[in-house]
Amino acid sequence: MTQNWPLWEVFVRSRRGLSHTHAGSLHAPDAEMALRNARDLYTRRGEGISIWVVPSTGITASSPDERDPFFAPSADKPYRHPTFYDIPEGVSHL
Amino acid sequence: MTDTGTRPATALGKDTGATAAALALGDDALILSHRLGEWAGNAPVLEEEVALANIALDLLGQARVLLSLAGDEDELAFLRDERAFRNLQLVEQPNGDFAHTIVRQLFFSFYQHELYGELARAEGPFAPLAAKAVKETAYHRDHAEQWTLRLGDGTQESRARIRTALDALWKYTGEMFEPVEGLEDLDWAALQGRWLAAVGGVLERAGLTAPEGPRSGAWAAGAGRQGLHTEPFGRLLAEMQHLHRSHPGASW
Repeated sequence: MTQNWPLWEVFVRSRRGLSHTHAGSLHAPDAEMALRNARDLYTRRGEGISIWVVPSTGITASSPDERDPFFAPSADKPYRHPTFYDIPEGVSHL
Repeated sequence: MTDTGTRPATALGKDTGATAAALALGDDALILSHRLGEWAGNAPVLEEEVALANIALDLLGQARVLLSLAGDEDELAFLRDERAFRNLQLVEQPNGDFAHTIVRQLFFSFYQHELYGELARAEGPFAPLAAKAVKETAYHRDHAEQWTLRLGDGTQESRARIRTALDALWKYTGEMFEPVEGLEDLDWAALQGRWLAAVGGVLERAGLTAPEGPRSGAWAAGAGRQGLHTEPFGRLLAEMQHLHRSHPGASW
């Protein structure tokens, strides 16, 4: 089944939404059916929305094993972050 | 139970033609909805299960509106006997394999889409329902079309199965275009012409051809509109009506 029904990732933009958000995944034999299944599973046929489907094999993800070289440089270089300001008194939601 | 003389006044008043039409179209939707409900838990994949359940829910919604126009929806659904149902014989046919269900959907959803399109344009008691339902039937039609293309143009096995289903159900399609009581004004011949062209187009793209067999006349099936049904229908009703008949008058 996984051969004939590959996995697809679904991105949905709601009617008032600004961008497509990953909604979930599903199995479908091809892109057309994936779109239709996504409509049933993730949008309940609400009108005025946009759906993207992408075969999971088409997505390249960053690897959890390489997390440190990938993301750490920014964490240990504090001068990259605006953390050296005194917050004025009375400002509670900065 | 089905004595129409004692039934309370319907939303359609004394318009017996409109009441008859509401029953016929409502019964089509109710019975096909029940058949599709039987797929719950049995569909080839989870995604398809959701799609079939979606279509079943749409049809049940249509049935509720139509039967409510004709009388009390629960009384009409659960307390009528087989001979009082007015649905097409096509919709009561058992699910069979997936190809069989898809061909039944193909034949019926294209019919319903054409018919509701007409009713939405006509100024009658069914126009508001039809205007809403026609969006649903467009989806049902697309679903059946997509699967017909895939099965017809799929493997040898899927192709053989869909051919068998086409041959088995073709004889029930003539009945769809017998004028429905109360809707005699519609141009049923034109409806049939558009249906044949549309369904024929899908079959052609799927690499299939319409069966040769007769769709009307002595060798065709179909007297559901007169209350004459095929054998599997009795068992469907027995299951559907069991609880209501065991506990009459209860509220749910």
